[in-house]
Amino acid sequence: MSDEDDIILADLSDDELVEQMMDDLYDGLKEEIEESVNILLARGWTPYDILTKALVAGMTIVGHDFRDGILFVPEVLLAANAMKAGMFILKPLLVETGAPRMGKMVIGTVKGDIHDIGKNLVAMMMEGAGFEVVDLGINNAVEAYMEALEKEQPDILGMSALLTTTMPYMKVVIDTLVAQGKRDDYIVLVGGAPLNEEFGRAIGADAYCRDAAVAVETAKDFVARKHNQMAAH
Amino acid sequence: MTNALAKMLAERDWILADGATGTNLFNMGLASGDAPELWNVDEPDNIRTLYRNAVNAGSDLFLTNTFGGNASRMKLHGAENRVRELNRVGAALGREIADAAGRPVIVAGSVGPTGEIMAPMGSLTHELAVEMFHEQAEGLKEGGADVLWVETISAPEEYKAAAEAAGLAGMPWCGTMSFDTAGRTMMGVTSAAMAQLVTRLNTPPLAFGANCGVGASDLLRTVLGFADAGAALPLIAKGNAGIPKYHDGHIHYDGTPELMAEYAVLARDCGATIIGGCCGTMPEHLRAMRNALETHDRGPRPTLEQITAALGGFSSALDGTEAAGDAPEPRRGRGGGRRRRDA
Repeated sequence: MSDEDDIILADLSDDELVEQMMDDLYDGLKEEIEESVNILLARGWTPYDILTKALVAGMTIVGHDFRDGILFVPEVLLAANAMKAGMFILKPLLVETGAPRMGKMVIGTVKGDIHDIGKNLVAMMMEGAGFEVVDLGINNAVEAYMEALEKEQPDILGMSALLTTTMPYMKVVIDTLVAQGKRDDYIVLVGGAPLNEEFGRAIGADAYCRDAAVAVETAKDFVARKHNQMAAH
Repeated sequence: MTNALAKMLAERDWILADGATGTNLFNMGLASGDAPELWNVDEPDNIRTLYRNAVNAGSDLFLTNTFGGNASRMKLHGAENRVRELNRVGAALGREIADAAGRPVIVAGSVGPTGEIMAPMGSLTHELAVEMFHEQAEGLKEGGADVLWVETISAPEEYKAAAEAAGLAGMPWCGTMSFDTAGRTMMGVTSAAMAQLVTRLNTPPLAFGANCGVGASDLLRTVLGFADAGAALPLIAKGNAGIPKYHDGHIHYDGTPELMAEYAVLARDCGATIIGGCCGTMPEHLRAMRNALETHDRGPRPTLEQITAALGGFSSALDGTEAAGDAPEPRRGRGGGRRRRDA
């Protein structure tokens, strides 16, 4: 590594620094992201602008390359890790400054399913997109989902299953929501390797999301529609 | 020890493996979310039926009902202390059915992924992964499995850990990965990279290949990738019977027996020696596959166009084995030339 390759982050202009942060997120450079977030804060940027213009914008690019088969899980995990480090600095400041919220999601893998790699990716990418995420972890029975929905009052319920043996359990949860008259209170998104759009429709979910990047786009789309509907009432 | 699979590989130029485990057990009443492995002890007759159905449909090799039988997975069901028992019983039931078959049938001890991400990206260390796989391998060995069958792996680190565990247990093994993300595994492994990986292991498998994934077409493209990478070991093709559809509370895969029969013949033409199905592959599919393999002569290597014409389109245009110039460009980052300021 030669000296001429070194970049002094503090010497970059705002625009250059934001560009650099997108590169650093893409490369999963956690310490560089932390430093850049602190530099922008010191320059008087609002936490919300740093979140949306640098971190969310950067993670959107990561998401697109993941969706298009250019990046894979290891790279996305590194990027999300760097994003998380930046978010850790911004989170308390966002609350203090009353920044607008994108929405809230409760997410977990269904009963019997330990495979949480995809679910974790969705949770990280959703946070990366500015959503508040309540992660129920793995192996959730219908009661656990219902309790969390009651307590958290999220906009979105996300369920994930990787196995043929656990996929049908998503319908158990959705059927319970219907039986309790709560189905329309939430946007229900499902995902997992063996699933497809047709399955999502058949079990009564709002959408099937092929991967974490698609989950974020779909969530944004549905939340915007929900807000429009509420405004129309 | 006798190595029944090595013997069969030496004598035969194709071997029919089995089909689905989960899909079949559901049809016998397994509830969604329950651990199939517990049925080895609680409902042994159902497991015998599962194995017997594969053998009667013509399988030369079947997998034991132990896919999720590692400590990490069994912990979900509070059964992490029963790993050895559940694997031993799962393999012993298999031994019983295979020995009664009246022809050589291989009992392959299924070993699925831990479901965890390995260090440094995740928390599962190499040592712990080896320990978990080793524990499972010893149970399968005690129960009389002929060979360990590592499957649905996506991380090279986990594949290596399973290889090491097989070595520790002194068991021959086979190992397949699941190529379900743009022609690669979830962790980004290409068919060419896997072909390389198996040549670098201290305890190489008897055969390697692909299972599950997205569909029959994708799986065969992956097999062609292994062959193009100069794979010297026998290749395994275990693809799903189409894609999952949901009817009346059950999952059905939409691939017909006729489609799977075409897939089996094409798999052999692509260079696969051990050919079977995965999710959704029922006994009627296996019968059609057996019949097709017996009645068709081996043909020339199919082109990608011939594969999609027979079995449907690929899930992605590329699979990571294309020339560098054809690969999509990263939209950001500095890749290998990672520049950073001095701390």
